[in-house]
Amino acid sequence: MAVTGFLTDSTLCIGCKACEVACKEWNDVPDDGFVWSGLSYDNTLALGHSTYRHVKFVEREPKAGCGGNASEQLTWEFSSDVCKHCENAGCLEACPTGSIVRTEFGSVFVQPDICNGCGYCVVSCPFGVVDRRPEDGRAFKCTFCYDRQKAGAEPACAKACPTGSILFGRLDDLERAADRRIAQLHASGMTDATIWNPKETSVGGTHAFFLVRGDVRAYNLPPKPEVPTTLLKQSWSAAAVAAGAMAGLSLMAFLYSSNSRRGAK
Amino acid sequence: MKSHIPETRLDEIRNQAALGQLDAKGVRPPGSPFPETNSYYGLPIVKPPVWTWEIPLYFFAGGAAGASSVIALTAQMTGASKSLVRDARWIAAIGAAVSGPLLILDLGRPERFLNMLRVFKPQSPMSVGAWTLTAFGTASAGAVIAELLRMKRAGDAAAFIAALSGLVMATYTGVLIGATAIPVWSRHARSLPIHFGASALASATALLVLRGHDEPALNVLGLAAAAFETYMGIEIESCDDIESEPLRKGPTGLTTRIGGFFSGPLPLALRLLGIRSKRARRAAAASALLGSLLTRVAWIEAGKASARDPLPHLQ
Repeated sequence: MAVTGFLTDSTLCIGCKACEVACKEWNDVPDDGFVWSGLSYDNTLALGHSTYRHVKFVEREPKAGCGGNASEQLTWEFSSDVCKHCENAGCLEACPTGSIVRTEFGSVFVQPDICNGCGYCVVSCPFGVVDRRPEDGRAFKCTFCYDRQKAGAEPACAKACPTGSILFGRLDDLERAADRRIAQLHASGMTDATIWNPKETSVGGTHAFFLVRGDVRAYNLPPKPEVPTTLLKQSWSAAAVAAGAMAGLSLMAFLYSSNSRRGAK
Repeated sequence: MKSHIPETRLDEIRNQAALGQLDAKGVRPPGSPFPETNSYYGLPIVKPPVWTWEIPLYFFAGGAAGASSVIALTAQMTGASKSLVRDARWIAAIGAAVSGPLLILDLGRPERFLNMLRVFKPQSPMSVGAWTLTAFGTASAGAVIAELLRMKRAGDAAAFIAALSGLVMATYTGVLIGATAIPVWSRHARSLPIHFGASALASATALLVLRGHDEPALNVLGLAAAAFETYMGIEIESCDDIESEPLRKGPTGLTTRIGGFFSGPLPLALRLLGIRSKRARRAAAASALLGSLLTRVAWIEAGKASARDPLPHLQ
């Protein structure tokens, strides 16, 4: 099976939220509240246990060629966020039940019939994607439409996207397509267009990657994400030191005790 | 009638609206600053831990039980009083018996707790912990049951296994929260296992002192743990990075400081000043016990506060 991926191109996104709707309907994801956030047109706010696609509405200083063209108007950029399906996935490493697995499509999948809702994947995801659904008790996140991909279909969000902002395909094809698109954008003057795909970090790259303009931090995309497993070595070493100290100290304390007892006799 | 705009401005807006050319867009009135670009509206990047009260209580009970099994074995090896060894074994067994239900209660699907034993994943501290608790619970229960049945050799063997797994029980919880994406926890991934180990040793010692045991060894262990916790408090106070902010600011900072005071300086002073007073030693034990529990609560709550801040991830 070929490794598949998502390329989400924010320069083509019109903020219609069709991906959010399509995902909710196809995956039968429950409603997670109607709130008016007051933050641009974003009332979804974040990915979560009941949101697998989330369109961000980024408002920034005026920039020629994007958003409002008047020098006084701020730019308005949209980007549809999704589970990154990391090459080294923190949630997958952390899962104690083996519920979270790597599929034949290279995606990271939570098996709902295994998950017992321990919550350890929630604190192990460097992107805040997976979460426990309170009324259900299990952890949920983007399935990368595993059921649809099994049947040879593209994920619901990609199919519903009206502008080609969400591209689905073979990961290596998408990476080449992203390079071509960046060259095209740079040639037309959008020199701040960049690809966010943390290949140089311990995450080792993601299967869902993003084309955005300007500072990636405005999209809450961490510039240098790290998978928590990199901390295991130093932390377990400290635990070994602590265990050794506890055993040694306890033994010495009781030896001292028994010597003083013998001395008293 | 006072206003910051003249009445004529309303006519102007009306005329512009009629032409479909309103110059003041709702998203940004003229003159207002452009939005900050260093994060997405300051919204969190990682998700807060979903763990509730069961988890800090489990860290406390499991830690005390683990350290108690180590005390039981070392006390037995050096020929300490039989009642001390028996009590330490009982504390380990009861602590383990409480730990299991606490962990199961915290699951989103408690009836599936056995799925924890479906696989063994050394790269997952949660998996290592589940297997360690299984081994520790079995061994520590075996040690006291064998003693009741007067099977000394079986009891000793079980107590030995309990002490080995107890060393992991007392320290692994530091790895469990340290090796995560929560900034305040991962920042302290190297010190948390030692911190929690010292806290576990302090609480096990305290429980034995409060049971009425007064071996000099217990005082030495209590003193050492209190000294380390005092050092840990100073280390936390001197961390001025943004990751450690929840340990110094807000309600979580207050809980950390109160927990630290009851774990470190107070029992240290009580044990040093009252080296000849049994009452002071008992007071030190009570303080250390309370400090140990508060410290675990503080760390979990600090993790929740830490998850709300996107900035550590955007550096």
